[in-house]
Parts: sequence; C-alpha cells; structure tokens
Amino acid sequence: MNLNRTHSFQLDWLLVMVYLALVIFGFFNIVSASSGTEFTTYFDLSRPYGKQLIFIGVSLACIIFILAIDAKFYERFASLIYLFSLIALFGLFIFGKKVNGALSWYDVGGITLQPSEFAKCATALALAKYISDLQTNIKSVRDQLRSSIIILVPAVLILLQNDAGSTLVFLALIFVLFREGIPQNYIFIGFFGIIVAIATLKFSSIWVCSAVGVMLLIYQLFLKEKKKKFGVTLLTLALITGLSYSVEWSFDHVLQKHHQDRIGLWLRLENDPAKVQAMKRNISYNLNESEKAIRAGGFLGKGFNEGTRTKGNFVPEQHTDYIFSTVAEEWGFLGSSMVVVLFIVLISRIIVLAEQHRSQFCRAYGYGVAAILFVHFLINIGMVMGLVPTVGIPLPFFSYGGSGLLGFTILIFIFIKLDANRLNVW
Amino acid sequence: MRKYLLLILVVLTGICFLSRLFYLQILDSETNNLDNDNAIRKVYQYPKRGYIYDRNNKLLVANQPTYDIMVVPREVEPLDTLLFCNLLKIDKATFLKSLNRAKVYSPRLPSLFLSHVSKEDYAVLSEKLRKFKGFFIRKRSVRDYQTEIGANVLGYIAEVNPDNLSKDQYYKFGDLIGKLGVEKSYEKQLRGVKGIKYIQKDIYNRDIGPYKAGQFDTLPIPGKDIQITIDAELQAYGEQLMQNKMGGIVAIDPTTGELLSLVSAPSYNPALLVGRERSKNYTALYQDSIHKPLFDKSLIRMHEPGSPFKTLVALTALEENVISTKDVIFCNEKYIYGKRNRVMKCHCGGGYRNLYSAIANSCNSYFAMAFRNTIDKYDNASNGMDIWSNHIQSFGLGNFLGNDLSVGKKGSIPNGAYYDSWYPDFKWGPTTILSNAIGQGEILVTPIQLANMTAAIANRGFYYTPHIIKAIDGESIDEKFKQKKQTTINPIYFDPVIEGMHQVYTKGTASFLKVPGIEICGKTGTAENFTKINGVKTPLTDHSIFVAFAPKDNPKIAISVLVENGYYGARWAGRIASLMIEKYLKGEVTLTAMEQLVLNKSLEDEYLKPYSGKPFKINQ
Repeated sequence: MNLNRTHSFQLDWLLVMVYLALVIFGFFNIVSASSGTEFTTYFDLSRPYGKQLIFIGVSLACIIFILAIDAKFYERFASLIYLFSLIALFGLFIFGKKVNGALSWYDVGGITLQPSEFAKCATALALAKYISDLQTNIKSVRDQLRSSIIILVPAVLILLQNDAGSTLVFLALIFVLFREGIPQNYIFIGFFGIIVAIATLKFSSIWVCSAVGVMLLIYQLFLKEKKKKFGVTLLTLALITGLSYSVEWSFDHVLQKHHQDRIGLWLRLENDPAKVQAMKRNISYNLNESEKAIRAGGFLGKGFNEGTRTKGNFVPEQHTDYIFSTVAEEWGFLGSSMVVVLFIVLISRIIVLAEQHRSQFCRAYGYGVAAILFVHFLINIGMVMGLVPTVGIPLPFFSYGGSGLLGFTILIFIFIKLDANRLNVW
Repeated sequence: MRKYLLLILVVLTGICFLSRLFYLQILDSETNNLDNDNAIRKVYQYPKRGYIYDRNNKLLVANQPTYDIMVVPREVEPLDTLLFCNLLKIDKATFLKSLNRAKVYSPRLPSLFLSHVSKEDYAVLSEKLRKFKGFFIRKRSVRDYQTEIGANVLGYIAEVNPDNLSKDQYYKFGDLIGKLGVEKSYEKQLRGVKGIKYIQKDIYNRDIGPYKAGQFDTLPIPGKDIQITIDAELQAYGEQLMQNKMGGIVAIDPTTGELLSLVSAPSYNPALLVGRERSKNYTALYQDSIHKPLFDKSLIRMHEPGSPFKTLVALTALEENVISTKDVIFCNEKYIYGKRNRVMKCHCGGGYRNLYSAIANSCNSYFAMAFRNTIDKYDNASNGMDIWSNHIQSFGLGNFLGNDLSVGKKGSIPNGAYYDSWYPDFKWGPTTILSNAIGQGEILVTPIQLANMTAAIANRGFYYTPHIIKAIDGESIDEKFKQKKQTTINPIYFDPVIEGMHQVYTKGTASFLKVPGIEICGKTGTAENFTKINGVKTPLTDHSIFVAFAPKDNPKIAISVLVENGYYGARWAGRIASLMIEKYLKGEVTLTAMEQLVLNKSLEDEYLKPYSGKPFKINQ
C-alpha cells in the first residue's frame, strides 16, 4: 500500500480496504447464516441480512461524517463523548430492554441500540485523552488509579447489566496503559496470577500451592546468598495460596452454574466419557455443533449459501456470535484462514500506524483500538473453535448487529482520521 | 518490549488460530457428502413394483394402493376421541397406545398411527380427517393378487429385517423386500430403483426445503414386469387336485427346463399376506405344524424317491454294461442276498423279468441284481459306489440344481466315502446298501429333482436347469438356463428304459391310468416313511409317488407327483400325474371319473393319525 497520501485524502488505504473486505465478506456470511433456504433478495428487511445492509449504509454515511470532522474534535471532546456514553449506560437501568438476559439495549421505535458498543470507542478516546494530558504521569500510582477508573466505570456498569463479554473488552485497555508506561511488573504479576488461577481450576489449589511451595523451597536452598529475602518468599507463597484458594472458592460459590460449566468444559475437567457425551447435548452443544460445521468445511468449503449445517440452523446463534462457523463451513480452510489473516493485518497495521504517531493521544487511542479489536478477535474465534471458554462476544464486522458494526466502524475510522492528520503539524 | 507485546500477541493468536483451523478443517476434517451429512434428509420415492405374468401372459400379481394414517404428535389438538375412533374402527385403548408410541418416537416427526386402511374407509376418512389436526394419510403401494393360486411360487413381500439391512445398503428401515418365491428370486428386477429427494433439514429435524434446489435428486425407476414359466391354469388345476392332501407336483417342459407348475399342498391364498390382517394370517400359517403351508413341498420336501429311482439304476447298469436288454431273471417275489440270507421282498407278482417288465412291474429283484452288478464291477465297493453316485448325480440329484427359486434342498446321493465313514471297521459291499437299488436307504430327493430327472430321461440324456423365469421386461434371462446339461449316460441306453416306462402304462403298475390319445411313460413309486411318536420310530402310510412324461416321442411335459401318505404310487400320485398331463396336453380333462375320485379324496385323517395319541393302522 504505497499510495501517495497527499492525493488520496491522506487515508491509510490498506486499513480502509481491509475494513471493506471484512464488512462485505461478513455481510455475505450473515446472508447465509440467517436466510435458511428461502433466500429471495438481499433487501428483505424482515431478515437480519436486510437490516445489516441498512446498517452498512449507515456506517458508510458515518464514515464520511467522521472523516469530514476536524481531527482535533475527537481529542477535544473525548471527555464529553465519554460522559455521554456513561449516561447512556446508566440509562439502561431505567429504560433498557433485556435481550437474552442482558440489559444492554435501548429500543427506539423498533430499532435496538446497544450503548456498550459505542462506550468502547468513547472509553478508548477518554483514556487516550487522560494519558496524553500533560499533567498526567502514568508512572504515578494516583494517575494509574485514575486511568483504571476511566476503564472500570463503564466495565462495571456493563457487568451489572449482565454482559460479561463486553466487560472483558474494556480490560483490554490495559494494553494501552502498558504501552504508555505502567510498570512491566503489573503485566507479569497479572499474567502469573492468571496462570495460577487456571492451574488451580485444572489441578485444585492443594496441588498448585504445593508445587509453588516446592519451587520456592528449591529457590531458597540453592540461592543461599538471597537468604535475606526469606520474608518476601514467604509472602509470595502466602499471596499465591490466598489467590489460589480464593479462585477455587469463587469458582464454587460465586460463579453461576453455566459459567462453571463453560470453564470446566474448556479445561476438560470432566473425564467420564458418558458425561462428556451428555455434555455434548447441553452445555457444550453450541461448541460441538460449531466444531462440526468447521470440520465439515474441509479445505475449499461447501460454497456460498450451501453449508448444510448453516442452512439447517444446527449452530445456535450462528449469525451473531458463531458467525465464524459459517465462514469455516462455506468457505473452508481457505476462507476462514483468510479472515484470520485479514484480522491480523488489520490489528497489526493499526499498531504500526499508532507507533508512528508523534502525538501521544493518537498513539494511545490507536493502541486502544487495536486492543479492543484483538480481544474480540481472540475471544470470539477462540470460542467458536473451542480454544477459549464460551463468552458471548461478537466478531467485528461479521457478527450480525447494527450497533456493533457502527461501533467498530466509528472506532476504526476515528483512528484513520487521526492517522490521516498525522502528517499535519500539530 | 512495550512496543511489541500487543503485536506479538496478535501474531501468536493468529498462528494459533490458523493451526487450529488447519487441524479442524484439514487434518481432522469431517467433510460430509450427501450420504452421511446428517443435515440432509433423504426422502425416498418408491417405484412401482413390477407385475408378474404367467407363461400365457395372464396377470397374476399387480399393485394396489393402501392407506396409512400418520400422526405428528405435537400438532395434535384436543379432539373428539370417540368420533375419531369410530371413524378408524379402533377402540380407545388402541388409539392411546398408538398415539403414545408416536410420541415416544418423536413429537415433531410423523410416525405411523394406523396402517392399511381400506379403500372404502379411506374415502370416508379423507373428507373428515381434515378436522383432526396432526393426522394425515400416507399412500403406499402393496401387492394386489389377481389369482388365488401359486402362493408358494409367487411368494410375498414384507418389511426388511435387520439381516437384509446389513447385507444390502439399498434397503432402509421399513422398506419392503421379496421374502419368498419369485418375489425373492427376482427382487432386484421387480423392485426397480428408489428415487431420492435430498431435503435440507434443520436442527429439529424439520424439513426446510429441497437441498440445492433438488439438483441431486433422482427419479424412481419403475420395477420391471416379469413373465414366469408357470401355466396358471395348470397350476390351479394341480392345486385343486391336491386339495385335502399334502405333497407336491412339479411339471417341467423338458425341451426348455421351464417349470410349468410347482404345486405345494396345502397352499393358501397369497392375498392373506397383504393388509392389516397380514401378521395374524402369517402367524396362523406359520403355526400350522401339521400342514406347514409356508413350507414349499415341491422344492424342499425331501423324501426317499422309491421306485421311480429304479429307472436311474437301470440306466447306470446299462451304461456300465453289467446288464443288457436281453438279460432275464426269475423273481420269486423276493430277493435273497448276503451271508445270512437276508430277504428283500418284491411285489411285482413274480416270474421271469427282463428290463422292460422289471420297470413295468417295478420288480425289486431285478434292480437289486442290476445295482449289485454295477458295484461289483469294481474290485472295491467304495470305487464302485463313487462311479454309480457320479452317474446318478449327473441327473441333478444330490445337489442344488442351480435354479432361480428362492428355496431348495440338496437331497442326498451317497458315494463311497459316505459309507466308508459310516462303516469304518466293516468291509461293506453292495448288499450292505442294497436298499439304494430301489430308491430307499440313503437316497433323498425333492419333487423338483425327481421331475428334472424325468425330464432328463424324456430328453434321452440331457436336461435344462429347471427355472421359473420366462421373460423380464427389457432384460434377457440367465444364459445358464439355455445350456444343455448332459448326463453321463450314453443316449442309446435311454430307449429301453423309456420303453419300460411306457409299459408301466400299457401293461404295468399304472395300466389303469391310461389317457386316451396320449402315449405316457411313467413310473410308480411307493416309499416307506416313519415318524417318531414319543421317541418311538413309527411307520406311517407309504408316500404315493409318481413320475411321468408325455408324449413318449417329443415329450412336452415331465412331471413328478408326491402325495404324502397316499399309499401306493399309482393310487393318488399316478392319477394326479395322468390328469395333469391330459390337462396340459389337451387343455381339458376327459377322465372325469378319475378326476372326481381325486378331487373328493381327503387324506386328512391320515395326517392326523400320528397326533391322535392312539395306535393306528397304515396302508389301508
């Protein structure tokens, strides 16, 4: 993509192309997944694909609007946008509509809107703005706490609205903080904590604590000169034991049954073949059908609108969260790996462009966009293929949903606009 | 590190996904085709089953529609059960049972509620069923018999069993398959090929439309009509003559090997095995352990052939040059043999016997001599017996004929090894096994084998494999049925034996069975038989056996008749043979007195004797 930017609105056309490719390909998969066998016209507004077509149109209009606005607007009004989105999220508790157990929608004259999709963008903007503020020193604990609050307020609101998947997306913004300078130890401790938690669930806390204890003992015995840090070692062990036991306790007492099941399924906690077989009919039903559809695709796939498992609605929620199984069944390894590659290109390109920015705001925002997209990509495709526990989260541009498409479009095109302005003097 | 962490994670995730996709879609892929994709339902369209015609193009078996009431339990709304039951002529218990069975099978899928509703009931129902939501009528095709005869020949069709399913992928659960008779042997031609419609189904197994607009669908190919060699009129006549008797009649056209009739008595109306009463009727037929109507006596009733077998003993002896037409023996109504002067009785009346009169009067002594000479020709009885057995087997005895009938039995023709193993420590000789000379002992045949043997004699040394197929629509019949099978006997030896058989009619044991204007050659047979009553071997009245062919020159029909416990050969079997021959060759019967005698004769009391629990007399 070596287009001369001065003659092309200074847009990064690679990003635009990848975006368009994903949206168009995504649309055709929604057509297939939601049309059954009675497909007549693409403009059937009673069907999800017809509605999606409208949202694609709205998104395109929105792109023009975003590109038309002065780039400085986004930085200047980031706080205001963030505030609006928080109000919108609060409003859900009063005016919201419950769909599939999540209180995430506004129903405005037949059109449902999901404010959390827009809050992602708003939060990324607000965080970037806060970090890039001259008075902010991300190395200070106080400012770290403040930036965490920016992330956590919408995350907690969304969690309270019973949409755990979207909450996870906000946690992705930690990558922004990391890029902008929070201590590396945070990441390592977090990473280690996650490993301990997963190990606990898989092998029980007694084993994990014993294993950690033995390792620390060996560490103490063989590195005699560090004897003075005995207290630290003991504290580490205590913390790990605490974490491990609280994870185990939370799993048993805090998590709901279906969450326990999903994690149990992911970690293969059940070994009894009869029970595993039974699970295929209830808790792992979606995953099982989705894997079957993916397997059925083979190398070349069955062709557009010809996936028998897609057409037969074998995979529940296929046009939303499980859309990737349609891609895999109808377009085979060729098509599905292309989608994976496009996402890698999209996210990597955003990171690379963000790194080139001299403006901290743009870089932080770019990282926010990349991190949000990455978490969606990781969790959604990982879930559909059984690599990640089941979490309801859409695949950007592919999953049916107007708010989602519009949210991601705005998210990306604000970055493209900021990027287009990079060469201008700030 | 800060710059690259996210980038690295993105790329790693991508690689991870690509490998997982590679594993799922290429290494461990379950690419399904039309046949094993459980998202596609195959709906079969059944072709018309081929019709069956007799040799004179008389339609024997056609098809008729039958109506099943189907139910989709989920769609059933509260209904007036009483009215509904009255419409279908069932009681409430049946109604509840059937509905519950359907529910257990699947609430969403149609299942059979009541099968085989008659045409008349259908007319009433089709109008009123609309009121009962969830019920609908399915039309199926079943056999429509245009005749009441030949149940054993035609056979029947029934639902496939697990064995059929495992042997042939063509059949699916609930399909019909020929189970007996020509329905079985020509199943492939008659059934045609099912058409397949591929229907895309959804997660609840509901049909949601044709798969790929039906581009893979196939149309059913109708079954072929077949013509069988049976003469329906002769078959009907044979069954009539055999009424109230047990046994079989097999008539063959010796010039082609075509089976003209294949009577097994008692028979049953083939229509009994169609429709709602089918299983009840089948059970009744199956459980009749005295008459065994489902057991084709013309094909699988093995019995000792008795005297008709003497013709082969004579032919073998002639071929081996151990007797000649000039040889004469004196029979004093018994044949004494062996070291201990064992006696074989003879009922020929005694006197000088040559080959002709020996056959005509069925002289046991003569054939005992002929058999002994044949075996004694060889220095080792075992070798002699092998040679003899080989000659006999060339007439199609002792083995399967290789015909196109659904059932059959090998029978038994012993050879040297057979007796070597029977008498391992004993030097056996022809006298040890002398009863074989008169068609008893270890000889076992079926009526069709006897008829075929007679055809081979009529043809003077060869036969065509007996078969029942005459023509298949647009298909030629098996070439093997057109190939001559030679016996090991030189054709020149047949004329004297045939002359002897002719004399059976002119002056021998069947002289009272002459048919005016037809030169018949025949041979009577009377075979002892036994049963076990409470473990005691008890003799029963002899089987009446008869073989014949006619005319003497250029024979057109060869026939064997077995009347179980009918006493001596000429008594019933001979009479029936003569009547059949006249019927076939003249088209009408002039021997009306004989016909009446046969028609009125019932042997039922004979058959009940062993079950009476009281002592009884035989051969009355």
